[in-house]
Amino acid sequence: MKFLGFIIVCLTGALLLYGTGEFPDWGDPGSPASMHLSNDYIEKVVEQTQVPNLVTAVLADYRGFDTMFETAVVFCAGLACFLLLRDFREKKERFYRHVPTGVILHVKDSKKILKTGKEFEHMDKDWVPSDLIIKTVCRILIPFIQIYALYVVAHGDFSPGGGFQGGVIFGSSLILLAISYDLKTLVRRIKEKVLGIYAAVGVLIYVGIAAICMPMGGNFLDYSKLAPLVPGDPHHIRALGMLGVEIGVGIAVTAVMVIIYINIVSEGRHDEGL
Amino acid sequence: MDNYPALIVVTPLLAALLAGLAAWIEERLSYPIALIGLAISMFSAFKVLMQVISSGTIHYRMAGWAPPMGIEYSIDLLNAMVLMIVVSIAFFNLIASYKSVDQEINDRAGSFYTIYLLFVTGLLGVTATGDLFNLYVLIEITSLTSYAMVALGDKDRGPLASLNYVFIGVIGASFYLLGVGYLYMQTGSLNMADVANILPGLHGSSTILTAFILCMIGIWIKMALFPMHVWLPNAYSYSPVAFARIVAPLMTKVMVYVMIRLMITVFGYDYIFETLNIADAVVWLATLAVLAGAVMALAQKNLKKMLTYIIVCEIGYMVGGAWIGNQLGMTGAILHILNDALMTFALFLAVGNMVYKLKTVDLIDLKGLFGKMPWTMAGFVLTAFSIIGVPPTCGFFSKWYLILGAFEAGAYHFAAALVISSLICAVLFFKVFEICFFEPMSDGHGHADLTPPVKIEEAPLSMLIVSGLVSLSLIVAGLYSGTIVNTVILPFLKLQ
Amino acid sequence: MEDLLALIVAKYNYWLYVILMMIGLYAMIAKNNLIKKLVGMNIFQTAIILFYISIGYKQDATIPIIQNAHGGQDAHNAVIHAADYINPLPHVLMLTAIVVSVATFGVAMALAVRIYQRYQTLEEDELRMRLSEE
Repeated sequence: MKFLGFIIVCLTGALLLYGTGEFPDWGDPGSPASMHLSNDYIEKVVEQTQVPNLVTAVLADYRGFDTMFETAVVFCAGLACFLLLRDFREKKERFYRHVPTGVILHVKDSKKILKTGKEFEHMDKDWVPSDLIIKTVCRILIPFIQIYALYVVAHGDFSPGGGFQGGVIFGSSLILLAISYDLKTLVRRIKEKVLGIYAAVGVLIYVGIAAICMPMGGNFLDYSKLAPLVPGDPHHIRALGMLGVEIGVGIAVTAVMVIIYINIVSEGRHDEGL
Repeated sequence: MDNYPALIVVTPLLAALLAGLAAWIEERLSYPIALIGLAISMFSAFKVLMQVISSGTIHYRMAGWAPPMGIEYSIDLLNAMVLMIVVSIAFFNLIASYKSVDQEINDRAGSFYTIYLLFVTGLLGVTATGDLFNLYVLIEITSLTSYAMVALGDKDRGPLASLNYVFIGVIGASFYLLGVGYLYMQTGSLNMADVANILPGLHGSSTILTAFILCMIGIWIKMALFPMHVWLPNAYSYSPVAFARIVAPLMTKVMVYVMIRLMITVFGYDYIFETLNIADAVVWLATLAVLAGAVMALAQKNLKKMLTYIIVCEIGYMVGGAWIGNQLGMTGAILHILNDALMTFALFLAVGNMVYKLKTVDLIDLKGLFGKMPWTMAGFVLTAFSIIGVPPTCGFFSKWYLILGAFEAGAYHFAAALVISSLICAVLFFKVFEICFFEPMSDGHGHADLTPPVKIEEAPLSMLIVSGLVSLSLIVAGLYSGTIVNTVILPFLKLQ
Repeated sequence: MEDLLALIVAKYNYWLYVILMMIGLYAMIAKNNLIKKLVGMNIFQTAIILFYISIGYKQDATIPIIQNAHGGQDAHNAVIHAADYINPLPHVLMLTAIVVSVATFGVAMALAVRIYQRYQTLEEDELRMRLSEE
């Protein structure tokens, strides 16, 4: 297998290098890729859409149809992780810690969760005492990370950013919460059901905005036809449409990142993990 | 404004999301939502097909931007036909699936329907699109959904089969993506029609040759052309029946469609058959695929696995037909997309009915099945005849075109492989019939004549009706082959 | 010799991407451990991203965000020179490809977890042995 693999890899590499032979030099402004479509985009986008960030404009408008399916791919990944791993069976083993003394109780074969007062707390099997510094720093950081994420989504039209980036940042802030505290804290704050609904609603916002354009008399995704529905300058309607879909993307990506993380670290049990 | 082309693809997506929402709120709603979504999509596909037949290719601009800046759907006769096949098979399979999903994955039925609809969305999008990169994104949707589904079926072996499928699938899709990148490098465009306009000036370029090879290898991996078929038998036989019934007939056929689209619309006959000299090699490869698929099918002990190897064999037919390089061969290949989708669907419907009652379909388990499930077996026999190629079933006509095409091109080895594989299929199916019919149910004593009359235990009515309808459609498609060829395929090939 | 060197230097990004891709592909085909294969898969997909981004690069050009395009009326009258900005399209495509590869990676990880739950190993030869035993 190793030898066969080596031969296949060499053949592929040789083929690719052979194809590279007639490439224009790297960074050549006169290459076909930089001449044919790219100039059209660079020169016309601002005039047509009022959005200076060309990447966002092409992503959410000219090739918005791609991006819609890309969001569907994300949704699909979250759903697949949930379907593959989620295990609704309750675990029988439980651990409780007596906070003042640090004594650990190991309860086997109990179906129901015992109520913990102030003295006891649930704990994970591989428990390490949580670090006060890490907890405090993360607690301070998380709100700022989230605000930054919202900024990245909202300002995606003008500066580097957009729904995917903002969604990932927001999702990582929630994952940070799970890492610095424990998984239970995160799951307690955001229910699994809420995450599942958010993932679907995010994509639904995208598809919904795109689909409303059809009864308004345009083609699918043609934001310019939404002008009568939205107050404000009709010139900016395409920028607003892009912002709308980016928000949908952000919601879906956030939810899916958390779903994938929770399911993989806890092997689908949603009780303990990293 | 005529929005049917967009509706074909968007309604299943919308229905998938609503079904996903319903799975969290009220799971029983998922199924009717899925059904309505696919029904609307089927209606739109029918409208589009009629419109294309009467007034020619439809161009639909997404977001209203003109290509090549925006993404365009350009639906001609070939697209419209494949779209109609995909969406109708998806719809009828959904009707038949209600009971088997209930039996196999009842606790996650809502999520199952969501994934199912996303898969159908992916297939429809791959078929409808006129943009090379959009095609890649949609291929990835179909792949991701099938990875999940394969792992869900067989609890023990499913995940491993699925992970191997992931590796091979990623290599295939990435090769295609690289090929598109090489094309983009030299043409600067991603729209199929635009690329096709620019390409003739670049025929000698090594970059374009590399792009062509990469795209083809990527698509071949995805369609499981021998010897790149290793992932297919495990992946398809371990997935849940409700999903196997749709992935087996459609996934490979849609990939064959993509290959034909790339050959005809993007690279063009001139480039493939005149500038390059690889058509003969590919026809030999297809010949090998046909023979290898048939022989490997003969060695299987499980009915599902056997059928998956028959798919490998049938892919050889279509690839060979497309690469022979004359109109007859191409006609045969396109007609075989329709016929093979129907035949494979009918076969897997029958297998689904058996699995519903028997749980496993190792050949030994099938003893006495004619007495137990007469209606299912009637459909199975009819389909088997069609696969073998007995007139007037549809399987005969596409093989006829393929053989005529092979003779015209002088590819006698391919014609011989077709005949031999048909014979092997005949042997294969009669072996199955023998087990199902002649061997009595074992009662532990060996006195066959003393066994009481076998009680009929059929699958649920919804599955039987769909199975019967599809089996009958094989004959109908056979009788109307001439009409299909004259109204859809020949006008399409003339336009190119 | 110097010609070859000049050729490599002029296109060194493409050479690098081919090498990266070969490493990834080799890991995917030849490695025994499933997680190593997954890492190979990631390298492979990243190589493709490098390739596309290299297509988009233009010398003496900046990121594709039009300067001074918002705020102020005269901004719209400013002439935009295509040579000043790099090609936005490959970036858009790769944003999509990154998301797809992340999604695939997530699903593949979930599958690996499932396999580990069932067989307590991720080595392929051991898995094959376990499968043939059953």
